[in-house]
Amino acid sequence: MFSYFLRRLILVLPVAFGVSVICFLLVQIAPGDPLTAIMPVDATAEEQAAMRAAYGLDRPLPVQYAIWVGNLAQGDMGRSIATGRPVAGEVFGAVQNSLLLAVSAAVIAFPIGIFLGFLAGYFRDTALDKAVTAVSIAGVSVPNYWLGIVLVIIFSVNLGWLPSMGAGPGGSRDWSWNWEHMRHLVLPAVTLAVVPIGIVARTVRALSGDILSMDFVQALYAKGMSRFDVLIHVGRNAAATALSVMGLQLGYLLGGSILIETVFNWPGSGFLLSNAIFQRDLPLLQGTILVLALFFVAMNLIVDVAQAAIDPRIKRS
Amino acid sequence: MLGIKRSFSALMLTAGLLSAQTALAQGTLRIGMTAADIPLTTGQTDQGGEGMRFMGYTVYDSLIEWDLTSADKPSTLIPGLATEWAVDAEDKTKWIFKIREGVKFHDGSDFTAESAVWNLDKLLDDTSEQYDPRQAAQGKSRIPAVASYRAIDPLTLEITTKTPDATLPYQLAWILMSSKANWEAHGKDWEQVAMEPSGTGPWKLEEFVPRERAEMVPFAEYWDETRVPKLDKMVLIPLPEPNARSAALLSGQVDWIEAPAPDTIPAMTANGFVISSNAYPHNWTWHLSRLEGSPWNDIRVRKAANLAIDREGMGALLGGLMVPAKGFLPPGSQWFGKPSFDVRYDPDEARRLLAEAGYGPDKPLKVKALISPSGSGQMLPLPMNEYIQQNLAEVGIDVEFMVVEWNQMINLWRAGAADPAVEGSQSINFTYFIQDPFTGLIRHLSCDLIAPNGTNWGHYCDPEMEELFTKIRNTFDPAEQDEVMRRTHEKFVDDALFLMVTHDVAPRAMSPKVKGFVQAQNWYQNFSSITME
Repeated sequence: MFSYFLRRLILVLPVAFGVSVICFLLVQIAPGDPLTAIMPVDATAEEQAAMRAAYGLDRPLPVQYAIWVGNLAQGDMGRSIATGRPVAGEVFGAVQNSLLLAVSAAVIAFPIGIFLGFLAGYFRDTALDKAVTAVSIAGVSVPNYWLGIVLVIIFSVNLGWLPSMGAGPGGSRDWSWNWEHMRHLVLPAVTLAVVPIGIVARTVRALSGDILSMDFVQALYAKGMSRFDVLIHVGRNAAATALSVMGLQLGYLLGGSILIETVFNWPGSGFLLSNAIFQRDLPLLQGTILVLALFFVAMNLIVDVAQAAIDPRIKRS
Repeated sequence: MLGIKRSFSALMLTAGLLSAQTALAQGTLRIGMTAADIPLTTGQTDQGGEGMRFMGYTVYDSLIEWDLTSADKPSTLIPGLATEWAVDAEDKTKWIFKIREGVKFHDGSDFTAESAVWNLDKLLDDTSEQYDPRQAAQGKSRIPAVASYRAIDPLTLEITTKTPDATLPYQLAWILMSSKANWEAHGKDWEQVAMEPSGTGPWKLEEFVPRERAEMVPFAEYWDETRVPKLDKMVLIPLPEPNARSAALLSGQVDWIEAPAPDTIPAMTANGFVISSNAYPHNWTWHLSRLEGSPWNDIRVRKAANLAIDREGMGALLGGLMVPAKGFLPPGSQWFGKPSFDVRYDPDEARRLLAEAGYGPDKPLKVKALISPSGSGQMLPLPMNEYIQQNLAEVGIDVEFMVVEWNQMINLWRAGAADPAVEGSQSINFTYFIQDPFTGLIRHLSCDLIAPNGTNWGHYCDPEMEELFTKIRNTFDPAEQDEVMRRTHEKFVDDALFLMVTHDVAPRAMSPKVKGFVQAQNWYQNFSSITME
């Protein structure tokens, strides 16, 4: 098991290098100028050139990349051009907030998705299956930013039950697990959970339906096993694939909540990323993309290892 | 009976708690800004006009300030940290400023002429210890006239300009004064100062969570008693997404939002929210290329385009929140003058002028225009430009759009009409601040500021206009300078040098609990008079 983990860990290194190159180059390709965010439009060409030199933006791209990677290796992600604050502090603070949102959404989505998927798989081709399928397709298809706006109109504006924006009194820095703060999490977490509910339900339905039709299930029944015990066997067989889907979904929830965080003004990595894009804040953009990409890689690694632990066939292959 | 008593007591207790909460919240104003972050807090703010509005003239003062007390007339300059100023009668490059006595920073240190020198070094002298590139990036280009400065005594400051420049007072209204003592107390580290800044302004920054909120409380010892805030607290919340801003107001999470989307305004007014707006020095125009071969070199074409725009019709598109252009400056501006060209909707006259210029139904004029789909302070650029495209098509001008994202638009605005990146576009739609002689008139058409040296995008250069600009800079009597400004603006309009479309009215939506706000005809506002009901 340890050697498998080590092998997978070594494979992460070239991926991380590739990610760093791509995220550095991608942000350079986009048209625009980071100085736009920090200088008045009347700044003279001379003042702009001085500022460009001060931020090292006048150097050749390979040199800029080498400096960036060199600093990264020392734990320095640079400073945001737009705010002057250290990128690491900005990114990790925001990722922490996004993680809170993503895990909350996962806590809502995964049990519901698994339950609905099993239900539909077990009662395949019945009215219940069709209803669950309809719900899960709707979950995957509905644009979640639109759903977020609708939920805000209903629960914040019309009913006044839940807040529409922010991370609670005092902002995310004062976050604590009390209702005053948690109520700010409800609408964005529910909105964010809708897509993974659909995906997990569809996956589990397909897996459980297929497994239930396999010969070994009939053999288990023939041995006199109870229905519950048979379902446990089905669940264990489905777990590896379901886990991989859920792991990837958690990665998507963390990095892909840009619209939800914008709609709910949630101070997470998506919100940070969206502002960094509009401001062409290259160091912040590179830092955020890199951290999110590495999180995705780490999630894949964890899922791979967990799958191997659950299903020994994976390790052997 | 006991149960009823208990229920009644519980009810009273609940009512008491609720009323206590209400009382606590009475003096707090929560504002949803359009900015995505709290503006730079160290002194010279970023985030454009909004930064100066909320973090500039609140926490800080400048030597000369804008009068923000009236909604009925355009703002003028008034004494700030300087009580009076004058140019030397013999040497028109030397200015003397008398510093206000007894002004203290929030940290208790005194503001003197030395403080002003220290702050100018902060922006202009990159060898000084306090030089801050971030503040310099914001402030240096605002004071191009300044050559040198010195404190003659604690209450007298001398500033020397590179050449005689009567617009210096307007330039200095940009420059905000931070505390040297506070900077020293924070280890001479501007990043530390950002978390606990100190100015001389009417508000003190009490708490600051980057990207999320800033809380300000009144500075009770503020030098101008009439501007000591009446509120207990003002909270600034960045809410860049218009729908999120509207929802936050409608659900009671903020009391005030900047720039509500026009389509949400009916819902807000129906729910009792108040929409405040007023004319202010803002311009929504097309700048026209004056390079050789541009069709806009023909004054008949320029006038025809201006006569083709149905500005009243555009008002419906914007929910009435606009001032139809009658010139380059808003009609209420003190510098509007009496132009002879009447900017109006007259498509027949537009067609006649185009025919005279050699264009007609069988030979339509084809032009290419740079626009962006959105952008800070740009109102609703896409539908507004499509509306103009339709208007111009009706008189025989076919417009092809080149649409670029806002950040790139700013770069193309700086690059100018001759830059290959604009791909032959003959106009650019841009909106901006036109509050002083430089930003209002000079920067757009001065020969010295042809892009990329400045923002004369269209490469216009005219000796007569240049002479007027020189006169503005050399007329030191404010009333006479205003007169030159009026004559300059008349030329802007009579020569139809831009496609003059509209002016924004800075709409802001607020809860009916917000009282005492007077919306000045200015980019900045005074929050000191506000109370919460």
